[in-house]
Order: sequence, then structure tokens, then C-alpha cells
Amino acid sequence: MTRAALESTLLARRGAGRKLVVPYVTAGVVADWLQVVRALAAAGADAVEIGLPFSDPMMDGPTIQEASLRALERGTTAPAALAALADADVGVPLVAMTYYNIVYRAGHRRFARMLADAGVSGAIVPDLPLEESAPWRAEAEAAGVDGVLLVAPSTPDERARRICAASRGFVYAVGVMGVTGERAALADSARQVARRLRPLSRLPVCVGVGISTPEQAVEVCRDADGVVIGSALVHRLLEGADPTDAAALVVDVRRALDERVESDEPVETGRG
Amino acid sequence: MGPPGPDGRFGSFGGRYVPESLVPACEELAAAFEAAWSDAGFHEELDTILRVYGGRPTPVTPCRRLSEQLGVRLLLKREDLAHTGSHKLNNVVGQALLARRMGKRRLVAETGAGQHGVATATAAALFGMDCTVYMGEVDVERQALNVFRMQLLGAEVRTVSSGSRTLKDAVNEAMRDWVATVGHSHYCLGSVMGPHPYPWMVRELQRVVGEEARAQCRELLDGADPDWVVACVGGGSNAAGTFAGFVDTEAYLVGVEAAGGAAMGAGGVPGVLHGMASRLLQDEQGQILEAKSISAGLDYPGIGPEHAHLAELGRARYEQAHDAEVLAAFELLARTEGIIAAFEPAHALAWVVREAGRTVPLGSTVLVTLSGRGDKDVAQARELLG
Repeated sequence: MTRAALESTLLARRGAGRKLVVPYVTAGVVADWLQVVRALAAAGADAVEIGLPFSDPMMDGPTIQEASLRALERGTTAPAALAALADADVGVPLVAMTYYNIVYRAGHRRFARMLADAGVSGAIVPDLPLEESAPWRAEAEAAGVDGVLLVAPSTPDERARRICAASRGFVYAVGVMGVTGERAALADSARQVARRLRPLSRLPVCVGVGISTPEQAVEVCRDADGVVIGSALVHRLLEGADPTDAAALVVDVRRALDERVESDEPVETGRG
Repeated sequence: MGPPGPDGRFGSFGGRYVPESLVPACEELAAAFEAAWSDAGFHEELDTILRVYGGRPTPVTPCRRLSEQLGVRLLLKREDLAHTGSHKLNNVVGQALLARRMGKRRLVAETGAGQHGVATATAAALFGMDCTVYMGEVDVERQALNVFRMQLLGAEVRTVSSGSRTLKDAVNEAMRDWVATVGHSHYCLGSVMGPHPYPWMVRELQRVVGEEARAQCRELLDGADPDWVVACVGGGSNAAGTFAGFVDTEAYLVGVEAAGGAAMGAGGVPGVLHGMASRLLQDEQGQILEAKSISAGLDYPGIGPEHAHLAELGRARYEQAHDAEVLAAFELLARTEGIIAAFEPAHALAWVVREAGRTVPLGSTVLVTLSGRGDKDVAQARELLG
């Protein structure tokens, strides 16, 4: 097991002028999903988000619903997926994404330890908003796991400020009012939410939900520090792409962002 | 049964476990409900609509023949006689009025048996709002008539083919819709479940069932309250409304779940789903299990958080009825009293039939909330009894 810290890694990379790419894959969606994780890291991901499947993923659209269902039908459980990750040598920070009942059922402390033991250094729980999240975040922090919080286009500024202050690792900016899934065009709300958050957050602001293409990644990164790409990638896996083919999307996003970053001025960000 | 704690909790249950996108909408709704509920003008408008349009108050019917047969004095609170055929209208008229206050012009709802969907479609027609109802594929098949009723009322019915294709999945899909449309849509949740303020708000909107019943029972019983108050529980809205009228009496309160969806039974453990902490059918990993019952309205793996709390307090008890005894009770009520009940309240009745002379001493007075009429279930009953 190699363990890469999430927050310090992302801060350092942003500090070096790099836009962040965080691809998502559902654990167990295909038999060789660990190969997918490695391929994503090799393709230039700055961290990889691992979805631990839940029976009722209410924040997810059809693609990730299907991936979750397939993973569950293949017998995937959180402990088994995490045990597999513990033996995988990925080389970039890993962030778990799951729904709160999975965390609650395991118990906060036990789940945080399971993540830490697997070398996972961050966790996203999309149905656990700020007010309900304090007990979980405390246990995560004690285990050395960054509790990543989400901000939505509908979040008022004052609330966004509190969420940014409580989040660890990065701030997950939800780019569009809606569930995960590919969108033909970037929503106006994606850049707006990133622009609103950057002065409020000392942490990198990564936009996810509705970012599917290198063009959309480049556009949103005019205001954001990075992107989370899920459904577009999972879609490829569901259609039978091998790990390298699926990860080619991340290669393209990486290249597009690197080219853009070289030509742009750095943007002022918040420091507290 | 008062308001929940400041964080929307009833004891350790309830809360607001929703994606960040929905937190502002839940806060707006809680504020709108609080303001409306302390506004005499809101109550007057709601009460008037429920009276002149909804057919309230619904009567309490003493059952002469069935009482003789069971050896207990059985009274039925007749929500089956309310407009749209169930207690669901009480809730949706209130929520539609709130939606209008908040400037929302579209109602989104989930439905199991179709009763809440029909009620929501009805309120949408009454107030000139758009309406989308999510219904599991399994329920669309077994409740085809209600699907057509909703369409007749101008609602769009979207079939949900994910997961168990029943009520649980319809809720998921309705919430996904709401996340994307929250600017102009109100999620008209049909039971005492979901994130705060829904469990509280829906119970308050259904309180009218219990308050009417209590006054009516006192008239029938020379000022006394019934010894037992029994209602069926899926999410638990008719039970919560009924219990609210009797919680400060000496009456035993009994909620009856479908045996195949009994979140208060041995298989139900604390967990978080659909925005609330409650008791849920789930496996050891926290994956939600599918409920299984002849009654689409009770096919739900969870229960409203306040019920979990009432059980923990020992103020209410939660029992189960099996499909076969439900069918028998359904038939028995039809033949002895000339009332065709929905399968859901037939669970409450089935428990009384089974327990009269056992848990429920002979000679007791028992109030059962007959939450809806059985028209929707007649075709299914014909197949099952045929």
C-alpha cells in the first residue's frame, strides 16, 4: 500500500500551476476495475475517486446507477473493494465516494479506519450535508481521512463560506443543479459556482457533475482549480472499453488542461 | 406529538440527509410551513377546501356485525369516503397551498399504490399546476387504473424501472427530479418521511384525521376514548395523523406494517435513506433491501422517523400482518359491513381480527383508520381470491 495524502498533494500541484483532474470509477463495475484505477493514475489523474456502490444512489443519474447496480450484482462490498485497493499500488491519492448509509451502517470510526487502512485519504458523502456531517468528519480526521464537502449552485454565499471552512482535501463544487451524468454543454452554473467559491476557499475548488469532455474541462477551469469526471468515463466502461481505452479520456483532459494552463495567467485564490 | 427538535429530529431519528443542492429548498419549505401553520388565514383556506371540496369531516362508522363477530366494539374512521378515496388529499392540498405561497408552479410526487399520485394530480388540477408523478414499474402494472386516473387529471406519470421498481425507487427518482427542478418545483412527498420538515409537516397536515376521530369517538362513546387505536403503516402518514389525535389519551396506539416490509420488525435496523434517519430493511453492508407485499402502498423498506421514535418511547407499538390474513380481512369487512377497504388499511383490520380476544381483550373499543377505499385493489383481489 502506498499512501498519498489528498489535501497536501492537491495544494502542491495547484501551487505548481497545474489544473487538477479527478476521475471517478465505481469499484467493482468491471472485473478489472483496479486496472482502471491504475490506468487513470497513469493517464495523469491528480487523485482518483472510487465509488463504493450503494443500492439507492439518489444523487446519481442513469450511468452511475447502472454502474452501481452492476457492481452490486458482481458482489462488490465496501470492505472487499477497500481490501483490494489496499494491495493496489496506485501512486496518487484515493478518495472514496459513497452514500451515508454505508458509512452509518459500518460505524463512523470503523469506516474511517477501513478507508485509512486501504490507503484512501479522502471521502465524499453526497447525502451528508454540513449540519449532519460533524460526527463523521471528526472520525475521518482522526483517522487521517479528508472529509470532502460539497457546495451546490443553490448554496447561498454565507453557507458556502462555512462549508469551505469545514471541508478538507478539496471543495467539491456541484456544477449543475441535477444528478450526475453527461451533458451536451457546460452549464452556466458550473463556472459561476467555481468563481463564487474560489475567494472563499483556501482549498482547491474542483467542479463535478456535468463535466464530460476536455472542452468542458478547459472551460470550467477558467474559474475552477480542477474537475471531477465520472459518468463520461464510467459510460465507456459500461460499453466494454478496456482500462487503457477508458483512461484515454483522462489523457485528453490532462493534455487540454496543461496546454491551456501554460497560456493563462494564474488566478487569485482565497487564503482562509 | 409536537414539533421535532431544531435539527428536525424525533429523538435519534429524522434529520435532513439530502444533497447540498436540496438543503436551501428544505430550509425554505420549513420556513414557509412554519409561517403558514401559525397563520389563521392559511388554516381557514385549507379547512375550507378540505370541507367543501374534500368532503371532510369524514365519519366514524360503528361496525355492528363485525363487532359482534369479533367480540370487540369496532369503529372505523372513514378516510375512504374523502375525495380521491383516501386520506392523501389532506396532505397534498396543504402542500399545494404551500407550493403556491413559495411561487412554485409544478408538483413532483412519488406514488406506490397510486393514491398519493392521484391526490397530487387532483390538487395540481385544482390549483392549475403542472404535475409529474413517479411510479415503480411493478406498481404501474398492478395499479393500472390509478395510472389512468392520474393521466385523466392531467398529470404526467413516469415509470421507474430502476432497483426494485416499487415505491422506494419512485422516491429516488422523484428526488432526482427535484434536485434538477427545485427552482420551480415542489416535491410533494406523500408520507411522514424524507428530510426535515416533511415528517413533521405531513403529520401536521394529517392531524385532522386524528382530531376529528377523537371528537367523533367521544360523541359515540359518551365522552370516552377508544381503548385501542390502530392504523396501517408504510411510511406512516395515516397512522401519524391518527395517533396525533390520541397520543395524550390512555389509548394503546398500534401501527400495522406489511410483514414483507416491516421496518419495525426484526429485519429493520437504524439507517439513513431518503433524507431521514429511521429504521430500514437493509443488509449488513447497509444496502437497502426490497420490501415485498401485496399492498403497493406498504411496499417500503423504511418507516417515518417519528414512528421509530414513538416505538422507542414505548408510546406506540408496531405489529405486522401477512398477505393471507390481509386478504381475509378485506373480504370479511366487505361481507359483514359492506365496505371494500384498500389493502393497506386491511392490514390494520387484519391485526384486529387476529388479536381480538388475545392482545385486544374482548369488550374493548377499537378504532381503526380506514385510510382508503379498495376500488384500486379490486382487480388484484379478484386474481388472488379467484
